[in-house]
Amino acid sequence: MVKYLGKRIFYIILTLFIVSTITFFLMKFMPGTPLTNQAKLTPSQIHQIYKQYGLDKPVWQQYLVYLAGVVHGNFGVSFQFSNQAVSYLIGSRMGPSLIIGGQGMIVGVLLGLVLGSLGAVKANTWIDTTSTIVSILLVSIPSFVLAVLLQYYLGLKLRWFPIADWGGFIYTVLPTMALAASPLAETARFMRTEMVDVLSSDYIELAKAKGLGKVGIIYHHALRNSLIPIITIIGPLTVNIMTGSMVVENIFSVPGIGEQFVKSVLTNDYPTIMGLTIVYCAMLCVVLLITDILYGLIDPRIRLSGQSN
Amino acid sequence: MENNQNVLEVRNLKINFNTYAGTVKAIRDVSFDLRKGETLAIVGESGSGKTVTTRSIMGLNSPNAVIAGGSIMFKNQDLLKKSRKQMDAIRGNNIAEIFQDPMTSLDPTMKIGKQIAEPLIIHKGMKREKAYAQALEMMKLVGIENAEQRINNYPHQFSGGMRQRIVIAIALVNYPEILIADEPTTALDVTIQAQILDLMKELQTKTNTSIIFITHDLGVVAGMADRVAVMYAGKIVEYGTVDEIFYNPKHPYTWGLLNSMPTMDTSGTELPSIPGTPPDLLDPPKGDAFAARNKYALEIDTKQQPPFFKVSDTHYAATWLLDPRAPKMTPPEQIIERQKHYAKLTHEAIDEHKDKHVEEQEEQL
Repeated sequence: MVKYLGKRIFYIILTLFIVSTITFFLMKFMPGTPLTNQAKLTPSQIHQIYKQYGLDKPVWQQYLVYLAGVVHGNFGVSFQFSNQAVSYLIGSRMGPSLIIGGQGMIVGVLLGLVLGSLGAVKANTWIDTTSTIVSILLVSIPSFVLAVLLQYYLGLKLRWFPIADWGGFIYTVLPTMALAASPLAETARFMRTEMVDVLSSDYIELAKAKGLGKVGIIYHHALRNSLIPIITIIGPLTVNIMTGSMVVENIFSVPGIGEQFVKSVLTNDYPTIMGLTIVYCAMLCVVLLITDILYGLIDPRIRLSGQSN
Repeated sequence: MENNQNVLEVRNLKINFNTYAGTVKAIRDVSFDLRKGETLAIVGESGSGKTVTTRSIMGLNSPNAVIAGGSIMFKNQDLLKKSRKQMDAIRGNNIAEIFQDPMTSLDPTMKIGKQIAEPLIIHKGMKREKAYAQALEMMKLVGIENAEQRINNYPHQFSGGMRQRIVIAIALVNYPEILIADEPTTALDVTIQAQILDLMKELQTKTNTSIIFITHDLGVVAGMADRVAVMYAGKIVEYGTVDEIFYNPKHPYTWGLLNSMPTMDTSGTELPSIPGTPPDLLDPPKGDAFAARNKYALEIDTKQQPPFFKVSDTHYAATWLLDPRAPKMTPPEQIIERQKHYAKLTHEAIDEHKDKHVEEQEEQL
């Protein structure tokens, strides 16, 4: 297990290196400069600023400088926020993103499992149809449309939740709902298909022959076996949540890294873009590592070598 | 309970399946008894209704199955009239089942100890420790070595034969009155087959369980069964003791089945088979369903279904050939050989008969 983890962590570092390299060069090829009002500056002023931030050097040199900094734990200084350190900037904005992202993921996956299971157990009834329609709707509506709809109906009309801003649980409800939609729909669709399959398998027949009731069969035998493929989609779902959060955080003015990321891209805040890319990438890698470990916990057949017996 | 007493009485069972193509009459008036401690083999080719019959006993037919008539009496109660909840209390407790494929009939994500203990927890309300202790006993009884360690293993850590032993342990853990074995050895290789059959016989003598043994393998029937019912196109066409079916068969379908079974003398020549295919049960034929494939068919076979004719107190066959008015027919050569053998058997003393019978069975296997 230790050996396995070591190997995986090595690969994660390798992945981060490759991703940050590609991002660095792509970012440099993008048009525009970090300067907000270039027209008002004299060429010497521009040169002065470029020199201050090291932007006057060739791109490959900038890359090496950046890399050296990262290895020493220095992610640079943000261009847009009065020279705050990128690591501090991200650290202070991580909380809200993790809260709404985590809540969205948990709520979405759990409700998806329930919805999908219901659809499978009551296959080809109105419950199944409803579950299918709900998941198709939620997967088709883009999160920004859903976010605006939620703001309008639950925020403006019913006044149940604040429309935007940040400051306590009640403010997380609408962003969470907007983020949960896509994982909910995906999980429900996968769960239904998988559960229908499992419910027609021989070991469910044997469970029936044991005299186990319907609930017992689902709880003791069907659920765990249906979960195995669901774990596979947790990775892509995390990506959904991350990309979704960039839009959703903006709409609900959540002071998170998603909102930050969009701002940084719009202002060519190179160090912040790089820092956030690395953070996003690292989070995804960790989630994928966790899912691989989860596999072994749920399915004894794919337990990592050295772990079984 | 006396061993001659019936534990299960199936009367005039009729099961239809509603499909898009129409109503399939899968079981068409089936009646049989199962006695305490005996093994009743139900044989017949695929689609003859063997499995549907046993599924009805378990109350596990698919939702599109319709009970069109009949009764299944168990302990003076009609199983067909029970609710799903009532059947849950019987399944795995009084009536248990072993399935065909041990590779797929165990839950891959559950330790086998728990799978064996489950029926005890469900039906006897046992606490975990007690149920596991009993599960361990059962594992030893079905011949799983190192049971103390193996109880914490998962199904994928066992071979096919071992898995079938586990399935048997699950079925027998509550000492059910009736065990339904639906082709329990079909998915196993021949040496393992013999071991599993021996195990089932051994456990049957220990527990006095009645077994309904579904198979299409007559070789297995000879070694396992006390009585045999031959099914064809949703009906029982002949039933009797294993000797009567093997050595004095009366129905042309049984003749065909026996002839298509290879023996030690079979070599070189092509194995005889029954020509044609079973009838479409969406629209079953008016007369004898086997008539179209039967070279001994009479004119009446196409018009009227034959009733059961009594051959002996234990032996009945539904073929017009047994009607006193029917013309004399000479059965196939091999069947005549079998009947000669049967005549010899019946003339010998009962004890010798028993011994001889055992030897014969071994030859058959």
